[in-house]
Amino acid sequence: MALNTIWVVADRSGDKVATVAFELLTKARQIAGTVEAITWGDASAIAAPVGAHGATALHTVGDLGGGLPGPAVAAAIAAKISAGGAPDAIFIAQSYNGRDIAGRLSARIDRPVLTNIVDIGEGDGGLVSEHAIFGGTEILNARFTSGGPGIYVIRAKSFAAEESGGGPAAVDIWEVPDLGAVGAARVLASHVEETSGPKLDEAAIVVSGGRGLGEAAGYKLIEDLAKLLKGAPGASRAIVDAGWVPYSHQVGQTGKTVKPTVYIACGISGATQHMVGMKSAKNIIAINKDQEAPIFSIADLGVVGDVKKVLPQLIEALQSRS
Amino acid sequence: MSAMNVVVCVKQIPEGDQATYKLDPGTHTLVRDGKLILDDSDSYGVEMGLQLAEQAGGGEVTLVSMAPNSETSGLRTALAMGAAKAILVSDPALAGTDALGTAKVLAAAIKRAEPDLILTATESSDGYTGTLPVQVAELLGLPAVTFAKKVTVSEGKVSVERQTEEGYDEVEVPLPAVISVTAGVVEPRYPSFKGIMAAKGKPVDEVTVADLGLDAGAVGFAGAGQEITAVTPAEARKAGEIVVDDGEGYQQIVAYLERIKVI
Repeated sequence: MALNTIWVVADRSGDKVATVAFELLTKARQIAGTVEAITWGDASAIAAPVGAHGATALHTVGDLGGGLPGPAVAAAIAAKISAGGAPDAIFIAQSYNGRDIAGRLSARIDRPVLTNIVDIGEGDGGLVSEHAIFGGTEILNARFTSGGPGIYVIRAKSFAAEESGGGPAAVDIWEVPDLGAVGAARVLASHVEETSGPKLDEAAIVVSGGRGLGEAAGYKLIEDLAKLLKGAPGASRAIVDAGWVPYSHQVGQTGKTVKPTVYIACGISGATQHMVGMKSAKNIIAINKDQEAPIFSIADLGVVGDVKKVLPQLIEALQSRS
Repeated sequence: MSAMNVVVCVKQIPEGDQATYKLDPGTHTLVRDGKLILDDSDSYGVEMGLQLAEQAGGGEVTLVSMAPNSETSGLRTALAMGAAKAILVSDPALAGTDALGTAKVLAAAIKRAEPDLILTATESSDGYTGTLPVQVAELLGLPAVTFAKKVTVSEGKVSVERQTEEGYDEVEVPLPAVISVTAGVVEPRYPSFKGIMAAKGKPVDEVTVADLGLDAGAVGFAGAGQEITAVTPAEARKAGEIVVDDGEGYQQIVAYLERIKVI
């Protein structure tokens, strides 16, 4: 193998490990001989699943004391690197906390970052990353040209998570240096915007709504259809920005990447920002009034029509079957 | 309340969007030879800054931006919205600068303005690297709260609703701090005619990389530390069947879902 060691930042989802961490661990162990994970909070409960995906060690910076993960995790990693223990590469998820960690770490160790990575592999002279640009119409390859550990920020759903059969990772504590002012932000409360049914980024069926729904109340059609199909409701950035639905529903560049069996885009024109988050769906169905909408160029079935008319009919037809 | 001086980092990007952008075949950088406009994502930070200064009853918004070629057309839009002045780092040496290099330049320029608060977008609409806000914060030794969907300031503290994968966190941070705001945090105002006229006379302080005391080797292609090795067309997903709804369009969807055994 070309690389000796890769560190993977294991993002958290509540007390658990975020699924994307397993995806990154799986890829890392295909490339490097040794894979170690870095996380925050209590690590003992997640040592088994992290180890099962290929990490031999799990380092935690411990309890954040109400602080955000970014400054603490970045400072702890930077301290280990400056002490001479640098890995060949660091994999970080393109998540809210992942971007914070990557940005802080980049500035601390004065190393560039590559972000929005959708694939990575060995090429001439080291790792070559792959990026889907311009809404996924073009593939860009990039690499680092200077030494030191490369910081790779990778989008969720880029790789399948597979277990390696490894035992629990060995847990230890990485000390966080004094953060001073950079660590001054405090989380006072966390709010979970519960959606019933499957999680958006894990659902086999996703029904998403956009501006074509006309008004915030129109989103009920999306929720009803998603519930009928046992899927998850999603949204375009436009209606999230407009405040119709919470951000946790957003599919796209800045939102979630989904890869369902069926994606039903309702009243979504198909901005590149949206398409990059859903174009890997196995089947795409689009309903839109505008025949010229870009979404139709990637849809397996396109219905040119008003979602406010088509959706109630579709919902009624599906209800009468059950 | 005391005066509130806000720096808003803004980017001037090509008109159009990801569907119309082109890469230079030689340098693999985004072609920027047409008209440049204020990145729409930045208009939210500008509006937020203006509102916070107004609420504080004093202070102003200073724009900080960088460009290789003295471009100001996008800055004028933000000045027309109400920003008081701009610092534009303009230098041919900046062509090809990566996110960390950009952060070094912006951090050095921000220091000149001595702000109470620094606002940015979460990512630019052309490059969308998305690490710049925290890189700037780290270089300035400041705390940051990213992905803010609500921002309020009182008594030297900023209260932020920060988006998370599952919902949002309530986060509090002392000033000075860097906050990256999402679209939708506020509704940006349209520049008034009076604002547009006033913008023409507002000061744009143009400085070079050397003026900021930065080494030219830390920016541009030379400082980037990364390179694009290839750009190739992605395998296009083929369009399937398109039907025009005649009142029975929903049946096509039912039939499709049956065919793939989802229902």
